[in-house]
Amino acid sequence: MDNNCKNEGRRDFLKKSTALAALAVASPALVKAGENDEKIAALFEKIPLNIEVNGKAFSLSVEPRTTLLDFIREQLHLFGTKKGCDYGQCGACTVHVDGERINSCLSLAVMNEGKKITTIEGLANGEELHPMQKAFIKHDGFQCGYCTPGQIMSAVACINEGHANSRDEVREFMSGNICRCGAYPNIVDAIMQTKKEGSTHD
Amino acid sequence: MDKIKDQPFIDRVDGVQKVTGTAKYSAEYDFPGMVYGVLATSNVTKGTITAMDTKPAENAPGVLAVITHLNCPELPGYKNLPDQSKLADIKKGYRVFYDNIVRFNGQPIAIVVADTFERATYAASLIKAAYAKETFNTDIDVAEKSGKALEGNNFKEYVRGEANAWKNAAVKIEAEYKMPIEVHNPMEIHAITVNWESDTKLTMYEKTQALSSTQQSVMRAFGLKQENIRIITQFIGGAFGSAFNTWPHSMAALMAGKKVGKPLKLMITRNQMFNLVGYRPQAIQKMSMGASADGKLVGITHDATAMTASYNEFTEGIVNASRSLYNCPNVNTTYKVYPLDLSQPTWMRGPGETTGAFALESAMDELAYAAKIDPIEFRLLNYAETDLEDKKPYSSKFLKECYQLGADKIKWSARNPEPRSMKEGDWLIGYGTGSGIFSAWRGAAKVGARLLPDGSLILASGVTDMGPGTATAMTQLASETLGLHPRDIKFEMGDTNLPPGPMQGGSGTTSTLGTAVHNVCQSIKKKLADLVKDNPMFHTEIVHEVKVDDLLFENGFMMLKTDKSKKISYADVIKNAGLKEIELQEDSPGNPMANHSAFSYAVHFVKVMVHSRTGVVKIARCVSAVDAGKIVNQKTAESQIVGAVVGGIGMSLMEEGIIDHRYGRWVNNNFADYHVAVNADVPEIEVLFVNKPDPVLNPMGSKGMGEVGIVGFAAAVCNAIFHATGKRIREIPVTPDKLI
Repeated sequence: MDNNCKNEGRRDFLKKSTALAALAVASPALVKAGENDEKIAALFEKIPLNIEVNGKAFSLSVEPRTTLLDFIREQLHLFGTKKGCDYGQCGACTVHVDGERINSCLSLAVMNEGKKITTIEGLANGEELHPMQKAFIKHDGFQCGYCTPGQIMSAVACINEGHANSRDEVREFMSGNICRCGAYPNIVDAIMQTKKEGSTHD
Repeated sequence: MDKIKDQPFIDRVDGVQKVTGTAKYSAEYDFPGMVYGVLATSNVTKGTITAMDTKPAENAPGVLAVITHLNCPELPGYKNLPDQSKLADIKKGYRVFYDNIVRFNGQPIAIVVADTFERATYAASLIKAAYAKETFNTDIDVAEKSGKALEGNNFKEYVRGEANAWKNAAVKIEAEYKMPIEVHNPMEIHAITVNWESDTKLTMYEKTQALSSTQQSVMRAFGLKQENIRIITQFIGGAFGSAFNTWPHSMAALMAGKKVGKPLKLMITRNQMFNLVGYRPQAIQKMSMGASADGKLVGITHDATAMTASYNEFTEGIVNASRSLYNCPNVNTTYKVYPLDLSQPTWMRGPGETTGAFALESAMDELAYAAKIDPIEFRLLNYAETDLEDKKPYSSKFLKECYQLGADKIKWSARNPEPRSMKEGDWLIGYGTGSGIFSAWRGAAKVGARLLPDGSLILASGVTDMGPGTATAMTQLASETLGLHPRDIKFEMGDTNLPPGPMQGGSGTTSTLGTAVHNVCQSIKKKLADLVKDNPMFHTEIVHEVKVDDLLFENGFMMLKTDKSKKISYADVIKNAGLKEIELQEDSPGNPMANHSAFSYAVHFVKVMVHSRTGVVKIARCVSAVDAGKIVNQKTAESQIVGAVVGGIGMSLMEEGIIDHRYGRWVNNNFADYHVAVNADVPEIEVLFVNKPDPVLNPMGSKGMGEVGIVGFAAAVCNAIFHATGKRIREIPVTPDKLI
C-alpha cells in the first residue's frame, strides 16, 4: 500500500502535520478558537487523493478516515455501490480496485491513491448492459435490488478469478455477498450462464 | 410475452435500474448542502438520564446541531398526548427525545447533525450521559417465572369443543418448542432523507412499506397538513415487515432537518438494525395433541408464550394456525405475552403463523410417528373441508393438491420412513414435511390510469415495493387485461402525490392493487368501446352499436370478435375522438369476505443431510408446493417463494438473536455473529404452484404468497432432522451442538 502513496501526498501531509504541531504549542486560547474554525479544521482533516473511477480521473481532497464506500457514495454521488453493514460482512459495497473485488467499506479512500476503481455504474458499455447484468435480469437474480450491484461486481470478479467452474464453486465464492431476499439459486444461474457464454471483462 | 412451463411472465420492469445501480433507495437523493444525522444511543438498559454533556459534540468541527430530550423541539404530537402519569407503561409508548427515560439498551439519546457523515459520526461519539440505573429484565424465562403477563382482549383463551380433550386420546404427545428472537435484517439499512421546504412543508424519502400511514404519523407528530407532506419511496431494499412503523430514527431525522433548515440524511447502522426497527419476538410454545388409533385428531392444546417491549403491546396470531389448519373438533389455545426491557418487536414475514406453525407442524409430525402413520397421510386424514374456527366455507383450498404435488416431486413414498435408516457415507439422510397457512385478503386501493395519444398506458398508485415486483405484476396484469405490450405500460409508484395505494405487505398487495388495476383497465375498455360505438367499421347488418363485449382488445388494437380484420388502434380511437388522452381513476373497495374464509397454503418438503459425527446439517433439497390462487407472474412468484424458503433455512439452522441478560445488551448484532443463509447454505429450491384461481377473492383469482412461503418451513427441517437422526430437536436454530 505504501509503495503506491505518492511523495507529493506525503509532503503535503507532513506540511500539515507541522502546522498541527505549531498549533499544539500555541496558546490554549488560540487552540480553542481554532476548534470551530472550518478552514483550520479542513486543513488538518483533508489530504489529497488522485483516483480513477469508472475511467474518469479525480483529483481532490478527502479526510483520511473516509472509507472508499462513503467517498464513492457521498462525494462522487455514485449511489450504485451500497452500504449494507459497513463492517465487511455483507458484500453490498463490492467494487473492483485494479480489477479485483474488494469490500469498499473496509478500505479507506486514501489507501486507493493512483488506483483504478470500477463501480456498478462503470460496468455497462453505455446503454449496452454487461453480460452479467443481462443474465441477472434474465434469471431474476434479485428481488429488492439492494445487494445486486455488489453481487454483480462480485460475480464478474468470481469468473475472472477462475472461481466459477461449477455451481458449488460459485456458491462458495459468492458467499461473501448476502442476499436477504434469497435470490441465491438465480444468482448462481446467472453466473453459470455468463461463464458459459464467455466475455466477462469489465 | 415469454413463458415458463406454459405460464406467462415478463421480466422485472425495474430490472435495468437494479442491475445498473440507478434504482434510488432512501439514502440516495442528492441536495446541495446536504447534512448528516447520526444517533448517539444509551449504554444502560433501564433508568433515567440524569445529566448530559453535549458540549464537546457541539464544538466538534462541522457540527450544526445536537438534539436531546433536553432541547427537543416542541412537537404538537408530543404536546397532545394523554396524561402520561395516568397511563400504564405499556400504553405510554416511546417517543424519541420526549423524556429522560431509558427503556432499552441502545435507545437513541441524541442526534448529532454535521456537514459530513464522518464528522457527525465522530461528534456523536463525544456525547456523554449520566444515568440513574434501575434493575431490569430482558429474559423471557425470568419473566415467565416471576413476571406478570399482559391482560386484555388479545389474550383471551380460545376454546372449541372441549378443552384439553387430547388427554383422553388413544395416542398423545406433549412437547415444548422454543425459538429465539429473529431479526428482519433487510440488506438496505433503514435510512431517511428529509428536506423541509418551509416550517410547514416537507418532502421526505423514507424506507416505508406504507406511504399513507407514514404520512399520517408525520402529520400528527408535526401538526402539518397532509398535502404538505410528500413522501417518496421509489425503491425499498428489502424490509420483510421492518418498514411499517415510523421509527424513532425517522422522527429524530425529521426534527433535526427542521431545526438546521437543511436537507438531512440519516442512515442508521447495521448494529442499530437489531434494536431500532423491530424483530420477530422470541416464543416458547407448548403443544399437547391427541389422536385416535386410526389417526383422527381428538384435541389440540396450544399454549404460547412470547415477549414484547415494556412500552408497546405487540401481539400476533401465533396460535391461529392451530385453530384452522386441521379438522379437529376440540381445540383450546392460550397466548401469554410478557413485557421485557428490550426494544419493541414488530411484524416479520409470516407474522404469528411462522412461529405457530413451527410448533404445530413439528407436533403433527411427532403425533404421526406416535400413531405410526405417514406424516402426509396423517395430515390428509385430518383435512379440513371447512374453516371450523370461522364456520365458513373456503373461498378456495387446494392444500390436498399441494401435498400431492410436493410428495410426488420429492418422491416421498420412496423414503424409508424408519428414523435413522438412510445414509450416504458419513451423512445421515432425512426427509421431512411441514405445512403453511396464511390469510388471503383484499383491501381498498386507488389507481390512476392515463391512456396516452400514442396508445401507451400510465398507471399510478401510491404503493411501494420492497422486492416482490409489484410494478412488474401490475404491468403484466394491465397488459393482459387491456391488450397492450408490457413495454407500452408504465407503472408509477412510491409517491404520496399519486392516488393512495395499499401498503406493501401482509400478502395482500397483489390482491388489493391488482383488483384496482384490473378494474381501471376494464373501465378504459368500456370507454374505448363507447368512443367507437358509432364507428360504421364495426357495424354489421344487424348490429349498429358496438359494445365492449363485441370487441377484442389485443396488441393495442380493438377489433370485432366476429371479424378481426375490422380493427382500430387505441391511438386512433383517441385521435378520432379529438381527445388529449383518456384519464380515469378507479376507487376499488376491499372484499370483506363475509361468506368465506380465505387462505393461501404451502407444503414444504425438505431433504437434509446430517453429519453423523459433527452434527452439521446441510439442506440438500427443498420442494415447496404452494396454493396461492392463480399466479400473476410465474417468474417473480417463484422467486418470492424461493426467497421465503431461504429465509426459512436461516430461521431453522442459524438465525438467533442473543441478548446478554446481565447487561440487557445485544451480543451478536451484526452479520458476522447473527448468521443468515448465504449462497453456500442454499441448495436448489423447487417451487410448484397449484395455480388454480380463487373464484371469490378478486378478479384475478390470486391469493397471497409473500408470507406463506416461510410458514411451516422450520418444522419441515426439524422433522427431516428427526427422520435422519432419530433425534427430535424442539429448539431452533438447529446448530450442530444440539445434534452431538
